Amino acid sequence: MTVPSDPPATTAKRPNRLLKNWMAKLASLPMILTALVVFAGGTAWTVTYSFTGSRMLPRTNWVGFDQYERLWNTDRWIISIKNLGIYGVCSMVLTLVIGFTLAACLDRKIRFESAFRSIFLYPFALSFVVTGLVWQWILNPDFGLQSIVRGWGWESFTFNPLNDPNTVIYGLLIAGLWQGTGLIMCIMLAGLRGIDEDIWKAARVDGIGTVKTYVMVIIPMMRPVFITALVLIASSIIKLYDLVVAQTGGGPGLSSEVPAKYVIEYMFRAQNLGQGFAASTMMLCSVVIILIPWAYLEFGGKKRG
Amino acid sequence: MADISTNSAAGPRGPKPKKTFSRGNIFLYGTLIVVSMYYLLPLYVMIVTSLKGMPEIRMGNVFGPPMEITFEPWVKAWSEACTGINCDGLSRGFGNSVRILIPSILLSIAIASINGYALSNWKFKGSETFFTILIIGAFIPYQTMLYPIVIMLREIGLMGSIWGLVLVHTVFGMPILTLLFRNYFTSIPEELFKAARVDGAGFWQIYFQIMLPMALPIFVVAIILQVTGIWNDFLFGVIYTKPATYPMTVQLNNIVNSVQGVKEYNVNMAATLLTGLVPLIIYFASGKLFVRGIAAGAVKG
Repeated sequence: MTVPSDPPATTAKRPNRLLKNWMAKLASLPMILTALVVFAGGTAWTVTYSFTGSRMLPRTNWVGFDQYERLWNTDRWIISIKNLGIYGVCSMVLTLVIGFTLAACLDRKIRFESAFRSIFLYPFALSFVVTGLVWQWILNPDFGLQSIVRGWGWESFTFNPLNDPNTVIYGLLIAGLWQGTGLIMCIMLAGLRGIDEDIWKAARVDGIGTVKTYVMVIIPMMRPVFITALVLIASSIIKLYDLVVAQTGGGPGLSSEVPAKYVIEYMFRAQNLGQGFAASTMMLCSVVIILIPWAYLEFGGKKRG
Repeated sequence: MADISTNSAAGPRGPKPKKTFSRGNIFLYGTLIVVSMYYLLPLYVMIVTSLKGMPEIRMGNVFGPPMEITFEPWVKAWSEACTGINCDGLSRGFGNSVRILIPSILLSIAIASINGYALSNWKFKGSETFFTILIIGAFIPYQTMLYPIVIMLREIGLMGSIWGLVLVHTVFGMPILTLLFRNYFTSIPEELFKAARVDGAGFWQIYFQIMLPMALPIFVVAIILQVTGIWNDFLFGVIYTKPATYPMTVQLNNIVNSVQGVKEYNVNMAATLLTGLVPLIIYFASGKLFVRGIAAGAVKG
């Protein structure tokens, strides 16, 4: 990324330099190709072609920002963005709160800690497809949770999120939280373990309550852990796709569509590549917006590029 | 605490100094147990449903234990369940997944460990830049790279085949695995490497005779990470393979979410459980190493 500043000195040595470590360079070739061709090249290609009117096959008939205009005028995309927003905010807040609370509970020197940890973390080993299908079954209105509570005598009980366009996204949220909170708990627990025991002693001497110590002292101390957790949650939210496909298939109607699904539908089903490229470029933009402040905070001026 | 120390002269009397079940503790355990139930519920429901017969499911409740245990849904899910016109069950997907998994793991770990080794011991001009691009690449949404990869796979004639998917998994596993190995090899004392250099060992000799044997624990972590990651993949499977080579997750989704026919919930749950079994076994067998793997993956990935 940075260009060497002393070309005259290097030109004389260049043949030598290129051959130095040639085996290491050869062995790194897969990495170099992946970084340059697939990651950098692929992304640049998609962004470039998002300005074309490609339909079934990529073509270079430039149309400017037409695809983006059409994108933001498509109901389906607007619904997708709204869903992602609701899911994102809820998932972000709840994952952090639940993850931290569970970690704090496990950090209270309790018995069976590793058993509890295994229970909270095992859903993370399962795929989103499995997660989605199980929760689809539990939330099934005819046999699942709703019918059981009704069977207890509460005849008017209604809990049918997956078939109600207004609440379907919360049905996804229940499953998503089940799958993902264990990971955040694990990270939080590692962060809590890294905190000096003396802090707790000092807080006790000063007569500060447990909850207050957590809120006022421990959480501010764990800022880097929280930032890592935030980045993780954010990147998993943007990737949200498998869960929707398995649990609701985007329905009822279009009410649980998400951007990742929009991209794939337009690229591989609707034969409208340009739309798919434009939508995926928008996803890229949102990641960049999240990533730049984080990279800035994390690496500061330490790392170039 | 103060009370106990004044009493201590009188011998071991009164309550134990360490209170195991104070009010706060009961609340704590109560919370943890209730939350555990939420986490265990789906696994329990999966197991229970998969062991019931269809008539029992239609009349009974999802949470009740089976009155009559039957393994028929399992057999049916494994060898008879239909996806479209193929009615040979999940066994086909299982076979595909295994055939995808093994070469993907071998290839991705071999490449990533060599990358990590080169990046920590044989730095060359630009190596850090490539590495930075690789790590940034891990954050780019896959959707941005999906189509260019379709074109590349078509060009080399691997689109739709298992080997194409193996390549895709190798490429997308590279950032996190390379990071894992690079960090590990950097933590090995440099004197060791220098001593080997003085003795005249070359790139591959040092890798195979010194670094590889020392890195076995990190290889295990990498394998755990890749097995769960590749087994659970859905997105790449659905895009880069065709029905005959669909991995297990894709086939599972097609079986359960197919619109034709009568829904057989017990077969569906048996199929879901079968698909989740491999990562679950890995998870419960590996214990702490799994946590280490995801922690390594989580720090920056």
